[in-house]
Amino acid sequence: MEKELELNDLYDGFRNPEVMKAYAKLIEEDASKLDKTINIMEVCGGHTHTIMKYGVPQLLPSNINFIHGPGCPVCVMPKDKIDSAYALAMQEDIILVTLGDMIKVPGSNGSLQDARSKGADVRFVYSPMDCIKIADENPSKTVVFFAIGFETTTPMTCSLLKTVIAKDMKNLYFHVNHVTVPEVMEVLVQSDDCKIDAFLGPSHVSVISGSKIYEPFPKKYNKPVVVSGFEPVDVMQSIHMLIRQFVENRSDLEVEYKRLVSFEGNLKAQEMIDTYLKKVTFKFRGVGEVPLSGYDLKDEFDKYNAKVIYEKILPKETPKENKACKCPEILKGVAKPTDCKIFGNVCTPTNPVGSCMVSSEGACAAYYKYGNLLK
Amino acid sequence: MKKVTLAHGNGGAENQELISKVFYKAFENEILAKSEDAAIIDNGRLAFTTDSFTVSPIFFNGADIGKLSICGTCNDLAMMGAKPKYLTCSVIIEEGFEVDKLETIVNSMKIELEKNGAKVVSGDTKVVPKGSVDKIFINTTGIGEVQKEGISSNKVSTDDVIIVSRDIGAHGATIFASREGMDMNTDLQSDCASLWPQVEALINENINITALRDATRGGLSAVLNEWAVQSDICIEVNEEAVPVKDEVKGLCELLGFEAMSLANEGTFVLAVKKEDAKKAIEVLSSFENSSNASIIADVTKQYDKKVVLNSPWGTKRFLELPTGELLPRIC
Repeated sequence: MEKELELNDLYDGFRNPEVMKAYAKLIEEDASKLDKTINIMEVCGGHTHTIMKYGVPQLLPSNINFIHGPGCPVCVMPKDKIDSAYALAMQEDIILVTLGDMIKVPGSNGSLQDARSKGADVRFVYSPMDCIKIADENPSKTVVFFAIGFETTTPMTCSLLKTVIAKDMKNLYFHVNHVTVPEVMEVLVQSDDCKIDAFLGPSHVSVISGSKIYEPFPKKYNKPVVVSGFEPVDVMQSIHMLIRQFVENRSDLEVEYKRLVSFEGNLKAQEMIDTYLKKVTFKFRGVGEVPLSGYDLKDEFDKYNAKVIYEKILPKETPKENKACKCPEILKGVAKPTDCKIFGNVCTPTNPVGSCMVSSEGACAAYYKYGNLLK
Repeated sequence: MKKVTLAHGNGGAENQELISKVFYKAFENEILAKSEDAAIIDNGRLAFTTDSFTVSPIFFNGADIGKLSICGTCNDLAMMGAKPKYLTCSVIIEEGFEVDKLETIVNSMKIELEKNGAKVVSGDTKVVPKGSVDKIFINTTGIGEVQKEGISSNKVSTDDVIIVSRDIGAHGATIFASREGMDMNTDLQSDCASLWPQVEALINENINITALRDATRGGLSAVLNEWAVQSDICIEVNEEAVPVKDEVKGLCELLGFEAMSLANEGTFVLAVKKEDAKKAIEVLSSFENSSNASIIADVTKQYDKKVVLNSPWGTKRFLELPTGELLPRIC
């Protein structure tokens, strides 16, 4: 009889000490053939977290360097969006619902957590579909789903909207702040101070969008990309694949996470996104306005769009950023968290100044939590 | 720190900040300053402690708020080598609460009191308007007779090794999985249990115990960090040796938690003299609740007041106190 898949099968092999050590040796051998330092940008905060939590840099030779990228949905959220969420949350008849760490990011008037301590009804969910239950249980209130995240969470928001339309629900609106990865990567590689030699592409994004979204980077910009899973062995294997490309003088798009990633991605999810959402300019924190890097509801769904319905109460002015905070430079990959003067003293996970310290996927939070022993 | 947030109740860094900056500052005295699980009073004869229970949901896999309220206080006494003897029980009930649920809770308390050989000798009941509390809050205070003197989290040294009595994180993971909105199907059960029987057996076998602590809010990581600071030592944890159930690991993977920071209600950490470690494991292994007890760490002087986590592939990192709003009310 075939053995049933068990929970630990999902990660045990991908944290195998012998495999980790074997990859460390292979990387060391290949890296010794290179006469320069390779700067690898891990675009996604999830990879930053894995790299720091499992001590990956301690296993690598000194000519491999990580640059942390703008791929944490909480970190890239500009202050004005948080101010919008805050303004919505402070309305008496609104229940503001969002995902995890978003409630901790400080805005001009405070965070959503602060709004909650002032009496606002702010809730976080792990699945956007939970909004249905909240809206059903509170018929006299309006639920606003403050939707955040990259390609991975976007289909869930669409799925929620599909259900809202099917059920003809009248008290669930959307404030959509979804963003996409390739456009912001393009801004980074085109910038004058770009130090990036290669990319680790987030696998979960490609599960939805396919590996095809990274095609321009090796071809047009000569920056190799490996689409990588999030387990420590995935990351080590992906680093080895990248370093091999430099040894062999190649610049290719490769997929390490073949377990789920195809070139085309999840066509059904892509179709659903195309049905409900349109591409818009999004102002990435730190990076600035990136054309066609964000999503909003298509005009035909205006009656569900909180940005349209609550236009009058949403703040218009651009809030000021704390000048001491280096989040913008960190998100662009030109500074490390430890380059920031307020890192670890004024700015801590308990009292975050910048968004990179707030989110558990943020580079500053990862450095603060795991980084102390790094070489 | 201007306002109290849910993060201030996490058993981690914010919780410690609130306690030290508000309560310790006002109540400062030499007994409190020791920051033990229970205060040792009456010339070392008695242990004295109190705890409030506000868990949500009040009924969960493996236990309920009643069992928790007795285990929590009795375990704090046991952690000082004291046999739980007399408890008080103070209950705040929300108007509209069903009496049969109250009876179920109180019956759980009765069963657990018997396991400890302890009695509730005084109590108080308050009923408050709907919405003033979430269903029911229970406070228990306990006095125990010290059976073995000198157990203290301020005395851990390089002569000791660190043992954990069983797999970690089951309580926190169970409560989280049973939260409204999670809709998770799992066989996970809280580890909620009275620990006096194990402690008594260790004492009877003359195990040289330096320190004991139940790993409640803040989990294993909070206990080890507190010991590292209180005893001015470095604790080096062998990550592979820490027992964690697959279901707990899975939930942590899913939700981005660390099992070492999840709460326990029937798991304790021991610092015992190196030469007694094997025997301590033998004693613990004879109990169903601690059959997978393991030696998880050495005490060194490598980094002052720090806990170091050694990975199976040779990397290391500090295991910090948990921060932020980890879970809703878990105890």
